[in-house]
Amino acid sequence: MEVTDVVCPLCGCVCDDVVVEVEDNKVTKVKGACAVGKSKLMGHGRITSPAIRENGILKDCSYDAAIKRTAEILAAARRPLMYGWSSTVCEASKVGIELAEEIGAVIDNTASVCHGPSVLAIQDVGLPSCTLGEVKNRADLVIYWGANPAAAHGNHMKRYSYISKGYFLPEGKKEKKLAVVDVRETKSAKLADVFIRIEPGKDYLVLSALRALLLGYEDVVPEEVGGVPKKDLLELVKMMEETKFGIIFFGMGVTHSRGRHNNIVNAIQVTRAAHKHTKFNIMPMRGHYNVNGFNQVCTWETGFPYSVDLSEGYAWYNPGETSSTDLLMRGECDAALFIATDPGAHFPGESIRHLSKIPVIQIDPYANPTTEFADVVIPAAISGIEAEGTVYRMDNIPLRLRKIVDTEYMTDEAIMKGILKETRLLTLSRRL
Amino acid sequence: MFVCMSKKRIKMGIEVKLINGRTVAQGSNLENKLSEEYFNAAAICELNGSDMEKLGVAVGEHVKVKTNAGEVVVKAKKADGNPEGVAFMPMGPWANAVVSGNTHGAGMPQFKGMDAKIEKTGEAVLPVKELLQGYMK
Amino acid sequence: MAIELLIKNGVVYDPINGVNGEKKDICIRDGKVVAEVKNPTVLDAKGRVVMPGGVDVHAHIAGGKVNSGRLFRPEDGRRGSEPKTTACRACSGYSVPNTFATGYRYAKMGYTFVMEPAMPPLAARHTHEELIDTPILDNATIPLIDNNWMTMDYVKSGDIDLLAAYIAWIIKATKGYGVKVVNPGGTEAWAWAKNCDLNDAVPHFDVTPAEIVKALAEANEKFEMPHSIHVHGNMLGHPGNYEMTLDTYDLVKGVKATKDRPVMHATHTQFFAYGGTTWGDFESKAKAIADYVNNNEHVSIDLGSVILGDTTTMTADGPMEYSLHQITGRKWTNHDVELETGSGITPFLYSGKVSVHTLQWAIGMELALLIKDPWKVALTTDHPNAGPFVGYPILISMLMSKKRRDESAADMHSAIYKKAELPSIDRELDLYEIAIITRAGTAKILGLDAHGKGHLGLGADADVAIYDITPEERDAGKIQKAFLNTKYTIKGGQVVVMDGEVVAAPAGRTFFVTPECDPKLTEEMMPNLKDKFEHYYSVTFANYPVQDAYVPNPYEIKAPMRG
Repeated sequence: MEVTDVVCPLCGCVCDDVVVEVEDNKVTKVKGACAVGKSKLMGHGRITSPAIRENGILKDCSYDAAIKRTAEILAAARRPLMYGWSSTVCEASKVGIELAEEIGAVIDNTASVCHGPSVLAIQDVGLPSCTLGEVKNRADLVIYWGANPAAAHGNHMKRYSYISKGYFLPEGKKEKKLAVVDVRETKSAKLADVFIRIEPGKDYLVLSALRALLLGYEDVVPEEVGGVPKKDLLELVKMMEETKFGIIFFGMGVTHSRGRHNNIVNAIQVTRAAHKHTKFNIMPMRGHYNVNGFNQVCTWETGFPYSVDLSEGYAWYNPGETSSTDLLMRGECDAALFIATDPGAHFPGESIRHLSKIPVIQIDPYANPTTEFADVVIPAAISGIEAEGTVYRMDNIPLRLRKIVDTEYMTDEAIMKGILKETRLLTLSRRL
Repeated sequence: MFVCMSKKRIKMGIEVKLINGRTVAQGSNLENKLSEEYFNAAAICELNGSDMEKLGVAVGEHVKVKTNAGEVVVKAKKADGNPEGVAFMPMGPWANAVVSGNTHGAGMPQFKGMDAKIEKTGEAVLPVKELLQGYMK
Repeated sequence: MAIELLIKNGVVYDPINGVNGEKKDICIRDGKVVAEVKNPTVLDAKGRVVMPGGVDVHAHIAGGKVNSGRLFRPEDGRRGSEPKTTACRACSGYSVPNTFATGYRYAKMGYTFVMEPAMPPLAARHTHEELIDTPILDNATIPLIDNNWMTMDYVKSGDIDLLAAYIAWIIKATKGYGVKVVNPGGTEAWAWAKNCDLNDAVPHFDVTPAEIVKALAEANEKFEMPHSIHVHGNMLGHPGNYEMTLDTYDLVKGVKATKDRPVMHATHTQFFAYGGTTWGDFESKAKAIADYVNNNEHVSIDLGSVILGDTTTMTADGPMEYSLHQITGRKWTNHDVELETGSGITPFLYSGKVSVHTLQWAIGMELALLIKDPWKVALTTDHPNAGPFVGYPILISMLMSKKRRDESAADMHSAIYKKAELPSIDRELDLYEIAIITRAGTAKILGLDAHGKGHLGLGADADVAIYDITPEERDAGKIQKAFLNTKYTIKGGQVVVMDGEVVAAPAGRTFFVTPECDPKLTEEMMPNLKDKFEHYYSVTFANYPVQDAYVPNPYEIKAPMRG
């Protein structure tokens, strides 16, 4: 059976035109997805059963038992952390936030280690942006800065930016220019009309120089900035001024580097400076397919996008204080629930040490490094393949993931509802 | 044993700016991290050819990456897209073994542009499970 | 067993039924107003003011730009922090409250229905997701249909029937309530960093904003729509814009309504009632607008009245927000939406010590006081643009008290005595008129009176507000306090607020309209629409429409096509 208009649950592109073949309740063929998306849709080995660690060994158990054990851990915790949420649907996040309120947890998502600094920058200066279809139809200059879509967002150029055809650009890339700014010559850089190689950690300096040039202060810019000759910067500025519609897509090359949010503030200010000449936009290249969705839900439900501390009953937001890495480095949390994420692989090693000392719950379809130290493991249905639900693309467009095969695994939402119910029973009986 | 390094070998090390990020092979095995494919995709360090020459390592030989936060052994891979002095590791547990948890008050660790030293080593690359075991001591 | 409630001894203001301050009991069974009850729970109102639940005609409470406003203003979020209670989730925010606070705070003011008036169709799911999470309030939301390429195609070809087919399709696809217009043509121009006057050609589309407005009004009236087109015109917030505002009203004067209502609702009119040529000679032209409204029957307005203090401005009028950001230098977010619309957000502070802000403050109230027929006027602050909705009680107390207005004016910039009418206006609204501009009239403007809203007649929804004042109360401070926190708010027959505290937070319903288009017209329109998806949209045709899952508590209003 062929299923069309499948919405890909991999990266922030959320391509919704994928076609898959399903035979005997299995995906057998994938058309239209990138290599990374296809790999996910085709499937990998799964966690086979819920399990609870006893004497150092994970022992299979029922969903009920795993959910009960989870509730006991969370109800007993004084400073629980609930982290992940970027590879699942908003419906699960909503239950998670309600649970976090119930137990006074800190709730955080993977933005904490990807575009958290972008959020901080937006809170400083705002974000002049647009949807990806605007880029497709209008952008004649595309700049990727510290982003390598050829590796991380396989269809981004083809569907939305440099390689796509649009209303005002019917000839596609013939009518467009591509510039890439990076510290190394990536696959994406090889496609560019202009590649500007900067020295690691010098984004802020190069952005400052561009901003000065766009605002007409050429005299203050030295002959070389961050390893880039001034003439190359002048060339890029000329392209920016002459475009009808330009966009900067920035990735973790900027958020992960020295300067962090300050780099993004500067990049947004560059966009505003360019906007004095023409239409200019900027957009973060969000990684996971629903990292944005959690930020959206958390914002409308708590008022704040991530790293939200609910221990006082109201939402307190202060990344650096309430962010996961900091909580772990301070050895502060006394239980952790990880859902649809893998801190074992993606957190700084030294922050993981604390996790071996506290009870850890993992909810995920797949075994991964986090499984190695999880005390309760709850396998979940794969959102977008086995479960439906809402996700937000990198440009804030909400789409509904489709369910394309049946499963006996519980969905993230159902698991979270079970945990919420059991936890409430425990906290209620404690109050009585 | 070979791992008892002579002073000469330490001198053979180079200082780099270390960055980590996504690759297609790493991303394709995000849900498959306990596999050999993931091990091959993520337990590596990409270096410029001349940096490899300086270190005297060939593709597939092992290097030890050290920062203030820790050290890890991975396979060397050649990537001339990297300028001299810039080393790249795919995001994952090996790269994170040397990332500092200090966020400088911003909530975000510095995953890119770390000061690191790289040297040739004969030590084994730890499989993911053993790597994680190291945090539980 | 039937759940019954009896509200005894209240003084009822129910203008739709002509009830003006009568001592009257209200019987409720299973969420509706009924003639009698047998075994009710009794609420003794003890001579207090009783009104139908409030109906807000225009407040930005849910969706993409509201959430971008929350996200980029944690300082506003912290301003409204309240811990969770047994009945309530944790709250945050002042001008951009979280969804829970929005529901609770409206309910505390006695409001039970709110219209979210600006839904970008492509992001419709987002608006609905937030409405699901907004407790207590019944709600609806209007999709933006004026800068859409499909709309402009048919405006250009002059084919109103096909335009009607398109608006029918998109209202259904977004689970929307009607037709919203925001800076027609200007927001499309903003995609190139430009803007449009009423009679400028929209770049690349060869139509004018005036043509768009007129065509949409005609297309809307092809159906028995509960609501007229809902219009935010061109050049909002610009000195001297009042003439363009009147020209915009005049465009639709000849359009015939399918129902007993105006053919245009002109929203947050305060921002469109400006004289002068610069901010220097800026002055109130509220009187010119009021004169027009007094002499015509085809337009209703809402105020967009200013609440002094800091707020967050947000609108699909992208170029306007950019201008505002250029004036203040404060942070600025913009989000243009392919083939459809755009949006901008920037914080703003209205100060009573600044002449322009003082005049803006005066203009909103002048409109309310100079327009003679209260059924043509709705009380709004264009939340949060001219101020947050929690400022409504301040406005009510001002409109009811000349003394309070004079005292406030004395403390504000002296421009109010030279360039505004307000100090010379003696009119004070009474409770009956307040009930009209906050529920009865707004329900009629939205066509909701036929669906149980805005009144307390038999069969009406049992949405009731009991305010802790007697009809004789003249103290503006006490009036304000009473309208901020009800004695009781009843929603669908359930007590949700008691003594100013939320005691229950049931889910609200979403009202949406189904325009019933001739299938032949839909079929004729479809190839053009599908072509847009195939080539220009970044999502597929199949993934675009809002699924039923996003309207878990639906209330459908069918709008048959006029023969």
